[in-house]
Amino acid sequence: MTPSNRRPSLTLDALGKKCPVPIIMLADRIREVPIGQTVEVLADDPAARTDLPAWCTLKSQEFVGASDLPIGWSFVIRRCY
Amino acid sequence: MAAGMNATAGPDPAGTGVGLTGGGYFDAASAEPLHPSARDALLAALDDGWADPARLHREGRRAQLLLDQARESVAAELGCRPDELSFTSSGTQAIHLAVLGAVQARQSASRGPGHVLASAVEHSAVLNAADWLHRVTDAAVSITGVDGLGRADVAEFAAAAARDRTLLACLQSANHEVGTIQPVAEAAEACARARVPLLVDAAASAGRLPVPDGWSLLTASARKWGGPAGVGVLAVRRTARWREPFPPDDREGRRVPGFPNVPEILAAAASLTAASGERAAVDGVLRALVARIRATVPARVPDAVVHGDPDARLPHIVTFSCLYVDGEALVTELDRAGFSVSSGSACVADTRQPSHVLAAMGALTHGNVRVSLPRAASDQAVTAFLEALPPIVARIRETVRAGTQ
Repeated sequence: MTPSNRRPSLTLDALGKKCPVPIIMLADRIREVPIGQTVEVLADDPAARTDLPAWCTLKSQEFVGASDLPIGWSFVIRRCY
Repeated sequence: MAAGMNATAGPDPAGTGVGLTGGGYFDAASAEPLHPSARDALLAALDDGWADPARLHREGRRAQLLLDQARESVAAELGCRPDELSFTSSGTQAIHLAVLGAVQARQSASRGPGHVLASAVEHSAVLNAADWLHRVTDAAVSITGVDGLGRADVAEFAAAAARDRTLLACLQSANHEVGTIQPVAEAAEACARARVPLLVDAAASAGRLPVPDGWSLLTASARKWGGPAGVGVLAVRRTARWREPFPPDDREGRRVPGFPNVPEILAAAASLTAASGERAAVDGVLRALVARIRATVPARVPDAVVHGDPDARLPHIVTFSCLYVDGEALVTELDRAGFSVSSGSACVADTRQPSHVLAAMGALTHGNVRVSLPRAASDQAVTAFLEALPPIVARIRETVRAGTQ
């Protein structure tokens, strides 16, 4: 899932939370990982599939990818600055 | 409305009286308030146009005469022949009949169910009709992409139209959520080259912009131009193939089942004529107000993004999203402040899915607001809205953040 096969440095569990809460959790905590490292967000609100990539574009962070979970998705975001 | 007042989030924060007078109705893209000329025509036609226009008696002939007049008037406004135009019971019904009738006329047992294409930002009625064709007739469906402004990718659209056994291509005149005008002329050229009929859903623009050329089928909805709800328009070019997709009925050129609502159709025709007559004056006013909203929202609200094409757009629609805000709270708080808007955020939709238009554009879907100005929108009302919005967003952000901790 992550191209480099490295484990994300931080996993945020936003399962059961509606947008914008998963985005707020990511925005609040992405600075806890070093630049170049990744954060994984677990979420099951369908809006997260659009809004996490859109947030990355707006905030110039890198959206690495998404993969299906039994319920919801795992999203990986790389901190760029 | 008074029951919702409180000291900090009163209905009239800018002190203009707008919220109290109804001047804050900004959802014209869902329903434009009934044009005064439509009301007059409706009341007159309730007396004169109630009989069955298919009958030969005098009451029936009078209703038929009124229906013919309405048809000629709407056909002239939309740029088609009266015999190409049928009235339907809604814009959605017009779209369903257009898609199913055009495709089923060209499907054949020997050559298979064929292929249909539509841009990803079409009205849900188009996408649902295409999906229905796929499920029921096994037709292949291509959904073609848009850019970040919501403008259809013409190259992808043309390539899909050129595919073997393409039976119908669908492209709206302009987008109903973000206002972006679609490249219908280029799409029509590609469809003509591929000999594929083009359905143009003109619901968002009819009465506000001239109807683009090059369509084989055209649809629109009266309530979006200031007519009554319950009247749609379906036009099928004489050169286009079309077959009734439902049990046949003699009404409306054998294209629409059921007794036509003659009084409301007359009201729809009168309001379209009036809207077209006022277009030159209204267009400039609304364009300037929308330009002000587009410039002011990101300047006054941190982390707000305005969507859609800033120039090639409808005069009256602007959509924006505010980061870290929930759309339902935003719509509710704006309503309490006297401003009626719609939202493409998932929490506001019955389906709990975010707007497929914003998703196709890759745009932020939470904290979303669509402002669509009615023809009577005032400078004062827009000023009051722009004053009211920033503190409302700030307050919701505090509340949402408190809830996450």
